[in-house]
Amino acid sequence: MSLTKTPASSRNTKTSRQARSPRAPWRWIVLAVVGIGAMLTAAPFLLLVLNAFKSSSDYSQNGPLAWPTTFSMQAFEGYLARVDFPLALWNSIVISVVVAFVGVTLGLLAAYGLGIGRIRGSTAVVAVFLLATMLPHEALIYPLFYGAQSLGLLNSIWSIIIVFVVLQGAFATYLLSSVMSTVPKSLLEAAALDGANRRQVLWQVVAPVLRPTMSVLVVFFFIWTWNEFYIPLVLLADPASQTVPIALSTLRGQHSIDITVVNAGSLLSLIPTIIFFVLFQRTLSRGVTAGAIK
Amino acid sequence: MTTETTARSTRSAAQRRSGTARRTGRAGYWWYLAPLGVGFLAVVALPFVMNVYFSLTSWRGGIAPATFIGLDNYARLLGDEEFWRSLYNSVYMIVAIVVVPTVLGVLIAAALFDYIGKQFGGRTAAFLRATYYLPQIVPIAVAGFIWAWVLDSQSGLFTLVLQQLGIQDPPDWLGDPAIALYSVMLVLIWLQIGYPVVIFMAALQRVDPELYEAAELDGAGWFRRFRAITIPQIRPEVFVVVLTATVASLKVFAPILILTGGGPEGSTVVPSYYAYRNFFELSRVGYGATIATVMSLVIFLAATVLLILQRRSDRQENR
Repeated sequence: MSLTKTPASSRNTKTSRQARSPRAPWRWIVLAVVGIGAMLTAAPFLLLVLNAFKSSSDYSQNGPLAWPTTFSMQAFEGYLARVDFPLALWNSIVISVVVAFVGVTLGLLAAYGLGIGRIRGSTAVVAVFLLATMLPHEALIYPLFYGAQSLGLLNSIWSIIIVFVVLQGAFATYLLSSVMSTVPKSLLEAAALDGANRRQVLWQVVAPVLRPTMSVLVVFFFIWTWNEFYIPLVLLADPASQTVPIALSTLRGQHSIDITVVNAGSLLSLIPTIIFFVLFQRTLSRGVTAGAIK
Repeated sequence: MTTETTARSTRSAAQRRSGTARRTGRAGYWWYLAPLGVGFLAVVALPFVMNVYFSLTSWRGGIAPATFIGLDNYARLLGDEEFWRSLYNSVYMIVAIVVVPTVLGVLIAAALFDYIGKQFGGRTAAFLRATYYLPQIVPIAVAGFIWAWVLDSQSGLFTLVLQQLGIQDPPDWLGDPAIALYSVMLVLIWLQIGYPVVIFMAALQRVDPELYEAAELDGAGWFRRFRAITIPQIRPEVFVVVLTATVASLKVFAPILILTGGGPEGSTVVPSYYAYRNFFELSRVGYGATIATVMSLVIFLAATVLLILQRRSDRQENR
């Protein structure tokens, strides 16, 4: 709201900043429209925070827009009584960290074989991997469910880890093999002249060149895996193995639940993401920039 | 595999003799592909093939016997009104995920980059961009629950605020078959908008500022510059956004599951949700597999068409 200041202050900034456009009111209108759009985007989050700290009677009496009469942790206690949040948090962290690092590593190995080794049919392999990233998970889910059941991996976080290491690894292969061509040929030739073997070339020449791309991939894989919904929903039915989003989704359809409890649960589940966003904001925007990821 | 390897080693032997090859043959590079390749076969290729096989059977899942029925499931699908409705609803998903966010995204990105970034400084633009992007990184389940609360008919945000404003009978956003689909679309637009904004802003950084300066000297206004320079320059990114968003819109699942469960009266059912219901609620695994297989084909087809269109327009560009 404070973004739509008075025209007087606009004149000040205009002279101090040598505006390009002579039509001063326009810039404020544009800022106001874009700013209001951003506010509408952020509003659900802000209102969520506002209402998570209310008691349920406070919420029903004073409505969702009022300031809380007292700061109440009642809703959070209600959520923590239903869901083992620390365990879900731990599961999510383990799954996402392992998938992010192992997925990128396997992607690097595969892309090295395909890009530098130029295995026959490498274009076809990359195309198949790319196709796999478009594949709807519905077309895999029942066999995965069945397979996990027969291997005793149903309700184990390892089922999710295995599935997403491969799926993210396929994406990493696709992206890294397209970046692989940027590794300077002269570097590879020099390494070969120095008598470096394949493994040395990979870890001492190729990997350092690709490191910026790989770090972006790690960040994105972490967050994609963290947010993943469909496959974990099916494979992790047991509360002991659930991730943060899946634990939250167990509230679905329980109409007896107080709405402030749902709010508190949503807010708790949101906090790790917000922290991550703040920490890695630069990498995230660089990533979207770099390869138009996702 | 073995013939391949021998062919490989003879060729690499020839290369070694010619002196251009590295010290060892190419065959050894297969080992680098092996870990992911094996995983891919086990987790993607084999399940996909199994799913196609399931689609040719009548199977209730689990230990129940599966009977091979050929293409019967596909024939049934052709006459299944609920399936056609789910496909039809996918068109609405495309509007909410592809059309609206891409158009709004171009405008917002241009306004942020071209106008706000220059007039009010890069920090303001970066802050606004981050705000638009936030819904993109929130877990879909969390976003779904936030909106389920906002749109709840009993004690939801919209309802209570409208009641406070004196409106006695606010609409039932998710419970009324006439408007539930539009409520879902609103949520999807909110979810998606940050993606085109960030990509297009990055694309605009690539554009040579001299183009704009020259146009400005020629007296072109903002809108003319937008049409003549901005849009053509960021065309590759527009294609990327349209392609990925189209694929995503054909896969929408979590918002439907959390917000409406396909209801009311099946008004918000989408293919992925319909497949899920057949798999895990109706125990019609064969039929669910059929829906999933058709979904994959539709997605591949849409992606192929878009890629062909892109190539064609690139060629026209170069002519």
